[in-house]
Amino acid sequence: MSRTITIALSSLRQFAGNRLAVVGGALVALVFIVALFASFLSPHDPSAIDIKNILIGPTFAHPLGTDELGRDVLSRMIWGSRVSLKVGFAAVGIATLIGIILGSLAGYYGGIYDMVIMRSVDVMLTIPTIFLILAVVVILEPSIWNIMVVIGLTSWMEPARLIRAEFMSIKEREFVVAARAVGAPDGRIIFRHILPNGLSPLLVSATMGIGGAILIESGLSFLGLGVQPPTPSWGSLLASGKDHIEIAWWLSAFPGLAILLTVLGYNLLGEGIRDALDPRQRE
Amino acid sequence: MLVYLIKRTLLMIPILFGITLLDFGIMHLAPGGPAEAQMEFSAKASAEARERLRKLYGADQPVYKQYATWVGKFATLDFGEAFADGRKVKDKIFERLPITLTMNLLSLGLILLIAIPIGILSATRRYSLLDRFVTIFVFVGFSTPSFWLALLLIYFFGVQVGILPISGIQSLDVSGLTSWGRLMDKAEHLILPVFILSFGGLAGFSRYVRNNMLEVLGQDYIRTARAKGLPEGSVVYKHALRNALMPVITILGLALPGIIGGSVITETVFGIPGMGQLFYQATLSRDYNLSMGILVPGAILTMLGNFLADVGYALADPRVRLK
Repeated sequence: MSRTITIALSSLRQFAGNRLAVVGGALVALVFIVALFASFLSPHDPSAIDIKNILIGPTFAHPLGTDELGRDVLSRMIWGSRVSLKVGFAAVGIATLIGIILGSLAGYYGGIYDMVIMRSVDVMLTIPTIFLILAVVVILEPSIWNIMVVIGLTSWMEPARLIRAEFMSIKEREFVVAARAVGAPDGRIIFRHILPNGLSPLLVSATMGIGGAILIESGLSFLGLGVQPPTPSWGSLLASGKDHIEIAWWLSAFPGLAILLTVLGYNLLGEGIRDALDPRQRE
Repeated sequence: MLVYLIKRTLLMIPILFGITLLDFGIMHLAPGGPAEAQMEFSAKASAEARERLRKLYGADQPVYKQYATWVGKFATLDFGEAFADGRKVKDKIFERLPITLTMNLLSLGLILLIAIPIGILSATRRYSLLDRFVTIFVFVGFSTPSFWLALLLIYFFGVQVGILPISGIQSLDVSGLTSWGRLMDKAEHLILPVFILSFGGLAGFSRYVRNNMLEVLGQDYIRTARAKGLPEGSVVYKHALRNALMPVITILGLALPGIIGGSVITETVFGIPGMGQLFYQATLSRDYNLSMGILVPGAILTMLGNFLADVGYALADPRVRLK
């Protein structure tokens, strides 16, 4: 037990010593806090229309300006963080779950399972994801739920590959053979003996995956196929920014910056976790 | 090599099957399937006319037969007609293809041209100021929404400074220009879109070249080359670079779907009449013949691209063939 703690502490120290990773963690935490306390932090009602103050630049009352209906950009951005986080986490959760199931089946049983699953991975990697997502979202009607599911269903390939690779490299090791020899059922071997070994690469890919999912969601909302109005989201703010680019730069600049910093946070955090959990990759 | 070639060719059969099956499945996710969607375009059609249309589109047949007919048509490059204007999907695609292809090839070239030198410099001067800068650029590049960057560039170059066109692929008054003038006009219009299309790949590739280069530079044969007194330039550019660039061929193949997919947003932002914009409009109006006529050949071309990349890699590296 004390050894586990020592390793955990060493990983933590490694992580804390990595400045970029700490910055990433701080960004992630910041967005979390903003999303959690949106109702306290937002200075205005995010959907309060104010016809007298349309498209005004940053002022004291509206620090980040207003949009084409006079709504406060800062407040809409604060509430928009909820959409990004919800979609990011739900999509990655779905993708990871599918990845674990398919990756374990392919890696542990091999043979026809492996054949079918890995060819499916190839198929999914061949079709440009954004085309697939657009086609399905339009058919299913754009909504936050459909977007979560569709992004999840189109991003399970990396976790599946990671888990499969882990199974392939571990399933013939002594401790697994020993477990099988004493009669442990497949389920126990898979979940107790092999899967835990694959958790750290999975954690890294999931963390970065959240950033990726947030980018896709904002792209969809930008194209008008994401979260539907009046719910504020960063992507749809940018879409109205595009319509008024000549006269209202603030409508484009700030929401995009929020996306950039959030996604950057998850990417840096993921990289930091990789360095901290995998001593072999320490440079 | 022949064995590898045959194996790799056979591998494409299940992928081809998967691509068509998946796309066919998506099309039939829609309530009533594509035949019903076509009828939405003519809401006044009588029940009789609807039945006739359904027969015409084979919607009264069992699903597996519909699939077979559909694939059979695609195999002969018959993608049917677009619902909206009744024109042949093939014609609509060929109109739009050149501009998208040009942009994608230009951005691919730009990525390689910039990413390889950056990757090499960053690897040979590890932990230098340049390397740190590149590392940060890579992270920021990965995290930047391309359409946001596009908006910023449009605002800066198009609105504030006003030196670059911000939309479309040619100016309104091109008729008065010489052919050289027209080419320059087109080039001006393509600068921003091609840059945006390349941006994400640029970050990824620089990182990839750097890491490969670092790995190769740590190999025994590099130490040997240095030990026998070869000049550093020769070690880096002859011995290391060739080995480091080989896997890049495969990654190039894998990056294809991303670059093609990037066309949707880039073309929409810049108002460029290419395949990406066509696909976006087709899906929005539920024009299934049109959207599948783009999606399926696009996926198949990507698959062939991957195939060529793998074969190229195998030609360059004998170890791959023997695996």
